[in-house]
Amino acid sequence: MNTNLYNYLLGIADNSLILGQRLGELCGHGPSLETDIALTNISLDLFGQVRSYYQYAAKVAGDNRDEDTIAMMRPEREYVSVLLVEQPNTDFGYVIARQFLFDVYHYMFLTELQNSKDETLAAIAKKSIKEVSYHVRFSSDWIKRLGDGTEESHKRIQNAINDLWTYTDELFHQTEADKEMINEGVGVDTSKLKEQYYKHISEVLNEATLVVPDLKYFQKGGKQGMHTEHMGYILAELQYMQRAYPNMSW
Amino acid sequence: MIEHADIDTELIPILDKVSDPEIPVLTILDMGVVRYAKLVDDLVFIKITPTYSGCPAMDVIADDITTAFKKAGYKVNIDLILTPAWTTDWISEEGRDALEKYGIAPPLEADADKEALLGNKRIVKCTNCGSHNTKLVSQFGSTACKALFQCEDCQEPFDYFKCLK
Ligand SMILES: [Zn+2]
Repeated sequence: MNTNLYNYLLGIADNSLILGQRLGELCGHGPSLETDIALTNISLDLFGQVRSYYQYAAKVAGDNRDEDTIAMMRPEREYVSVLLVEQPNTDFGYVIARQFLFDVYHYMFLTELQNSKDETLAAIAKKSIKEVSYHVRFSSDWIKRLGDGTEESHKRIQNAINDLWTYTDELFHQTEADKEMINEGVGVDTSKLKEQYYKHISEVLNEATLVVPDLKYFQKGGKQGMHTEHMGYILAELQYMQRAYPNMSW
Repeated sequence: MIEHADIDTELIPILDKVSDPEIPVLTILDMGVVRYAKLVDDLVFIKITPTYSGCPAMDVIADDITTAFKKAGYKVNIDLILTPAWTTDWISEEGRDALEKYGIAPPLEADADKEALLGNKRIVKCTNCGSHNTKLVSQFGSTACKALFQCEDCQEPFDYFKCLK
């Protein structure tokens, strides 16, 4: 099997799986009907995209793995999602800040992935980017509404941005698999997106009357399977059914 | 550019009986999700493409196609394809009319769609009274493909099918 391609696929898909799971927790618990529906719709989009990546990964693996075992049956250390997406739904400010910081990256990443030499990846990217353009519009819109809203909403969204900022740099870290896939013209060279990412984020934050954090130290580890304390709880819920009733299906 | 689906004419009457599970007034042909249908000997090859990646209707659609062809005496082989990606341009004229009668405003062109979804312009036509004096309630509606609007003249809330290109 092409181990680099397999790991590269997980590197993309795990982000969307864990973020989708986080958003799914809000089903029926959103602060308003509109946002509840929006966030769970985004969750559904992400899960749909994840299925395409895992189905492809299962094909690349070429053994008895399928999309479900890849999604549900790995131990924590084998999930290679970035730390940003596993951060909890502390309040609506955190939900929106996390979404915005990821969506902007996701949109830029998929824009480039459309040019991948790997036809399947390019096809998934072309499909997904249409959906993600709605996500980024939604979260950017809310950053402005909260930042330029009331004193309380401004304070909360600023706190969330300040706290989550430390997880943004990891989006641009490259694993060995990433580097190999970039060399082969399959993967996206994320180092080329970094400057544009921070520039765009800063523009939106400024427009939202928010302060761009000035931070020198960033957290990392998710891409190596070293997660924060939140990850275990997410996986416990995600994997419960398959662990309790192996091979169960709906 | 609209990419045309490649469908054998003799198979159209069978496909035309399969409706979209979430919008039953529309057939899957009206929705444009069937991209290919060819009869080879007694086996029908079909390619369908999802509207949205996470669309839960795709599995049901595949099952319904299988059932429809079985009833007509054919064996069927269904492939899910992602490229070219579905666009609202593939919804037929009949489909757009059916959507509107059903209470879902059909998609506008991309630029107009953006203005409507950002709440900048009042251009989505109320499916109840025809007024354009309508406002955006939510960018996301009951399913990922729809947004929620309300008419300021007759007060009726209604879905708007978002443009996807
Ligand atoms: Zn009206």
